[in-house]
Amino acid sequence: MSALSRPFLPTLVRRERASLAAALLAPPMALAAATVLNLGLYVLMGRDPVAVVHAMLLEPFLSWASFSEVLLKMGPLLLIAQGLAIGFRAKVFNIGAEGQFILGAIFASAIPVWFPQATGKWIWPVMLLLGALGGALWASLTAFWRVRLNANEILVSLMLSLVAAQFLNYLLLGPWKDPNGFNFPQSVMFQYDAMVPILISGTRVNVSLLLTIALSFAAWIFMQKSFIGYKLQVGGLAPRAAGYAGFNEAWAIWLSLLMGGCAAGLAGAAEVAGPLGQLQRSISTGYGYAAIIVAYLGGLHPIGIVASALFMAALYIGGDNAMVSANLPIAAVRVFQGSLLLAYLIAVAFVRYRLEWHRPAYRSQP
Amino acid sequence: MNALEFILAGMLAAATPFLLAALGELVVERAGVLNLGVEGMMAFGAVVAFIIVHQDGGHLLGFVAAGLGSAALSLVFAVIALGLRANQVAIGLAIGVLGQGLSALFGKSYESLTVKGLPRLALPWLSEIPVVGGLFMQDVVVWLSLAATLAIWATFAYTKLGLVIRAIGENPKAAHAIGYSVVAVRFAAVAFGGAMAGFAGAYAAVVYTPLWADGMIAGRGWIAIALVVFGTWLTGRIFLGACLFGAVSLMGLAAQATGLDVPSQVLASLPYLVTIIVLGVISADRRLLKLNGVASLGEPFER
Repeated sequence: MSALSRPFLPTLVRRERASLAAALLAPPMALAAATVLNLGLYVLMGRDPVAVVHAMLLEPFLSWASFSEVLLKMGPLLLIAQGLAIGFRAKVFNIGAEGQFILGAIFASAIPVWFPQATGKWIWPVMLLLGALGGALWASLTAFWRVRLNANEILVSLMLSLVAAQFLNYLLLGPWKDPNGFNFPQSVMFQYDAMVPILISGTRVNVSLLLTIALSFAAWIFMQKSFIGYKLQVGGLAPRAAGYAGFNEAWAIWLSLLMGGCAAGLAGAAEVAGPLGQLQRSISTGYGYAAIIVAYLGGLHPIGIVASALFMAALYIGGDNAMVSANLPIAAVRVFQGSLLLAYLIAVAFVRYRLEWHRPAYRSQP
Repeated sequence: MNALEFILAGMLAAATPFLLAALGELVVERAGVLNLGVEGMMAFGAVVAFIIVHQDGGHLLGFVAAGLGSAALSLVFAVIALGLRANQVAIGLAIGVLGQGLSALFGKSYESLTVKGLPRLALPWLSEIPVVGGLFMQDVVVWLSLAATLAIWATFAYTKLGLVIRAIGENPKAAHAIGYSVVAVRFAAVAFGGAMAGFAGAYAAVVYTPLWADGMIAGRGWIAIALVVFGTWLTGRIFLGACLFGAVSLMGLAAQATGLDVPSQVLASLPYLVTIIVLGVISADRRLLKLNGVASLGEPFER
């Protein structure tokens, strides 16, 4: 395209080296841009923008009661996003974490649903293990389809999530429905030993938060320090180089999906054995999809993901606040999430590129 | 009316949301771009059309606005993916979340409201044939979708425009070298895909099931993307695939009507299960995908 055909548009020029300043500025810039855009939307909808900002972005941090709820919400988002990010860096796009999360919750619920009288300290840890197993099994279907049948993992994992949601409905309306539950689509309430112990008394924050933070640390070691993590990243950045180096692609796909499935399944188990205390439809509120955004916003880096998970959790709690105090529909949270990710992707493009308003006289050959 | 007649009569209407969205995505992918935001663009088109039809703006205005609205959403994708060369998978997912969020936000006060659909137009003689006659009684949008299918097939098979789009998808550097603007053609293809997704959503919301419910697209945008793979990027096969999914989504209703004792959740997941199985069968033939696939799919173009 000649310069004359679009004289008013700048050209995008690749930087000689990635810009650290742009990388550090991208998240706050994206947040600022998304906030301004969404406030504009709220004003158009006739809401008071000051009240919305206060309820949505400040209130979650202003009291211990609401901040503990943020921590509670952060758990599943953080856990799922850490698992997904490992796959995303290897260019394995598992977007079916929602289904793996649901299967984890179902597997974990099997113990209290089938053995409601069982007691003992072993119950909740076994439930968490079962949850991780359930998530991994569900993800292994996607891995099999991708490795053996060459099928696109994005489509297969997403379809499996839709199937998982129907399976959950089937269980809750059929065989696992609480017979004394007034026909509500939910299981029996779990017994005391099937609940993860509370970590901070007076709140709903439980021991699984410690587990999540420990696993985040493990993810950091794995991705930044271990040889296996390095092989996965090379596979994502330069698949052909990885092939020449003898790194097996099929193995990378299996590993990525199984780790993602384990993490999501564990998160599902911790949700039913934690704040919910029973298997119900409301476990599937889109954590698996939101975690994709968390993973990208965190720059696919284990430490960045901790920060983005905390922020996204606050956004959920803030969205609930804004629904009550500023009469803002809860769907506004999804709009905010989507626009935040778009703003971030725009901002992060400038890490590797810069805009030039005049055509460079000389360009090196690619 | 027996189950077969029921499926034959309803199949094309049920297939239309799949068909329109998949045809749009076909053009996008043929130009070498992967836009995974179809589900969100359909949801956005659906809510735009529903609001306009509910405010008595009429179906024509509803469809036009839905097409324009979703095309605008797809241009956001185009600016970031083509202008800034960012990761197309991530942008597509973000557009999907944004579109579904906007759909839920704007549709909030219309929940469970209904509008009037469109009348069916019967072809003379043909619609009176026993058993298959129902196939020839369809609303105007179905007939237009069939025309669009033919037009897109002919564009790719016979016109220079079709050839240019395919060349840009196969080898953008070569197309650029002989003077075609890769980015401009890709922008246009993405906008076309967005408009088609908008029409697909509009059909789902104001013709096929003219009742507003949040999440009413229910994975149809994703199935449309899968259909492009099923059809190995060929218009005719995508049409057949869309008909198959139209029939599958009616099978649930037909089975319930005949009193078959299958949990409704199994029937509801039937389209998703069929997608997974067909995707496995088609993709397992690696040669077929290599032969028909688009070489530069999803890769940003850099001169």
